[in-house]
Amino acid sequence: MFKELKKSVLLFSGLTLICSVAYPFTMNMIGEYAFADQAKGSLVYEGKTVVGSTLIAQNFTKAYYFHPRPSAAGTNGYDGTSSGGSNYGYTSQKLHDAVKARVEAYRSENNLSSAQKVPMDAVTTSGSGLDPHISVMNAMIQAKRIAASRGIEETQVIKLLRENIQKPYWGIIGEEKVNVFNLNLILDREFGKVKI
Amino acid sequence: MEVLDIVLFALFAFTVVFFGSFIGNYLYKIYDGKKTFLDPIISPIENMFFRISGINTEKSQSFKEYTLSMMVFNIFGIFILFIILFFQSSFLFNPQNFPNLSWHLALNTAISFVTNTNWQSYGGESTMSYFSQMVGLSIHNFLSAATGAAIAVALMRGLTGRGIGNFYVDMTKTTLRLLLPLSIIYAIFLLSQGVIQNLSSYIDVTTIEGVKQTLAMGPVASQEAIKMLGTNGGGFFNANSAHPFENPNELTNFVQIFSIFLIPIALLFAYGKFAGNRREGIAILASMALLFALTLGGTYYAESQGNSMLTSLGVANGPSMEGKEVRFSLGASSLFATVTTAASCGAVNSMHDSYSPLAGGVLMLQMMVGEVIFGGVGAGFYGMMIYALLSMFMIGLMVGKTPMYLGKKIEAYEIKAVIIALLLPSAAILGFSAIAANCADGLAGLNNAGPHGLSEILYAYTSAAGNNGSAFAGLTANTPFYNVTLAIAMFIGRFGVIIPMIAIAASMSNKKTYALSSGSVKSDNMTFTIFLAVTVLILGALTFLPALTFTAIAEHVLMLSGKLF
Repeated sequence: MFKELKKSVLLFSGLTLICSVAYPFTMNMIGEYAFADQAKGSLVYEGKTVVGSTLIAQNFTKAYYFHPRPSAAGTNGYDGTSSGGSNYGYTSQKLHDAVKARVEAYRSENNLSSAQKVPMDAVTTSGSGLDPHISVMNAMIQAKRIAASRGIEETQVIKLLRENIQKPYWGIIGEEKVNVFNLNLILDREFGKVKI
Repeated sequence: MEVLDIVLFALFAFTVVFFGSFIGNYLYKIYDGKKTFLDPIISPIENMFFRISGINTEKSQSFKEYTLSMMVFNIFGIFILFIILFFQSSFLFNPQNFPNLSWHLALNTAISFVTNTNWQSYGGESTMSYFSQMVGLSIHNFLSAATGAAIAVALMRGLTGRGIGNFYVDMTKTTLRLLLPLSIIYAIFLLSQGVIQNLSSYIDVTTIEGVKQTLAMGPVASQEAIKMLGTNGGGFFNANSAHPFENPNELTNFVQIFSIFLIPIALLFAYGKFAGNRREGIAILASMALLFALTLGGTYYAESQGNSMLTSLGVANGPSMEGKEVRFSLGASSLFATVTTAASCGAVNSMHDSYSPLAGGVLMLQMMVGEVIFGGVGAGFYGMMIYALLSMFMIGLMVGKTPMYLGKKIEAYEIKAVIIALLLPSAAILGFSAIAANCADGLAGLNNAGPHGLSEILYAYTSAAGNNGSAFAGLTANTPFYNVTLAIAMFIGRFGVIIPMIAIAASMSNKKTYALSSGSVKSDNMTFTIFLAVTVLILGALTFLPALTFTAIAEHVLMLSGKLF
């Protein structure tokens, strides 16, 4: 028994040194030198302040920005230290009530009639709560509101939107979608920041 | 059905079988002691380890020796991990100053990672220091997968008349010659795609609208690679592979799904080599593929129906996106969910709790039958062998011949072991679910009401006993009641299967091999493939249909009548 334990302890220690020390630290080095941007979280800077990561959703509430999907991460949503979904099932009353409220809010924000259908992704929370993308349909509907509040033509926003649709890999893996954070950065760059 | 989803499924099936056959050949060479291209680098390290630890690499172990080695090694692993987690604040690399874990969470997590379950009662980015993740947890992503593979190889050797081998040797070889090299390549790929890898403290962001947001950081890529390859599934972050830092795009998503099935499929090809007949491995692979086609079809169909409760509120028709990411299509989410529960991986790229009742039921059924539809690394193979031996036994009885598998008699001893391995996890699932559903401690954790609440409980114990680790994550499981009962279920589900399998391996290895005659029942043809698949379905259905009726099926029926809870 003791002999067996000695074997286990020694072998375990050796394998730990290789797989849990040497391996991750080597990957840290490779990350630092070969993929510095990605390894640190694909961060975007304005001057010296970090304004976000292109991979992580942040909340946008102003009318002149594209709005991300609702988020269940953390108590107020979009919490980068508490990822997760609502975990409500199909027959959940809470899901029903939440979606009902979001449908009404979405319609009033975007000036839709009560007969118009609302995109699925616009009123449901993602699995991570940090989903940076929205569907093209969702973005198209928001274009009008953004154009109006920025005092520009809707066609200008739609043109910009179309240029920034992310296509499937090799045309087969994935679906068309837009990254809200990137798109809003581009909006500000093209049409200027909105002064309040 | 979307055309691109079909293309995705086909591409997945083709690539994983193609690469699986290559890795399978390589695995056979490793385990059979043949030369491989990594020898010059790995052999000196391995030999040094074996010499220092005093491991005899030449002699095959007996059932008792093998079991003792495996249990001592694993229990020592549980002990060390418990210590690391329970005293987390005393170790390095803890920039967020996370406190020590409670005894029950540390116990649950330690058993969870050592048993290849990776059930997580905690949220990674709000609980675990980098040291706990990198050194404490991720070593078991390697070792628990390697343990599974070693048991599978012992069984392959036993069934084909060889000595069962040495646990330490096969486990070390799997780690250093298979898991580590693949992980290195994999982690570099993930890094290039945007998976993070650093040890910095969490980053404070001032968003474009001027609000504070904090982004969790960490050494993710290195852990992510082995998490998928080893069918572990324990996410660095709470949202697991739904988190953009773990799984940033469609390409990483595809590779992650691919890498769950890669080694389980490779092991089937290695088995064909051991048996000296490729078709022995392919017959089992075909049986698993048949079952998988059914479950994938079921999940995808159920999900594509959408949630009529949402569409009646004025939401556009289409699949429900609650708990799903826009970057993953319905096909990519359904495929991930089906693969991760078929194999005992448990990583998720969408929240299973928010899946349609029937899709959730299919995912549960896959775990209930014992994670044998490709299954975990090693665990899928030896799990399916339970059913294979049972099938051959039944066929033998039906046609009135001595039941044999690969020319070896299946006798009372093997069948007893098979029944133990089959009954223990099932008893754990149903027994613990019944207890949880009938006590205040169990009901306190529910996030959903009605039949879906019962589903959350049933899913938890099914996932634990099947060593899967995925969850209907609404369940609040970080309580003494759930942590302890789930830990027991995981332990039973792992070692209650492994030990009988070693017994079978050792017993078969000593048996005489009879030459097959024209009248023998063969195990390398279509008849066997179908019989095996049907055995899995019938046994699974007989055991779990009542439980599924009260959960998934009841919820489906009530949903159709528009009932909310």
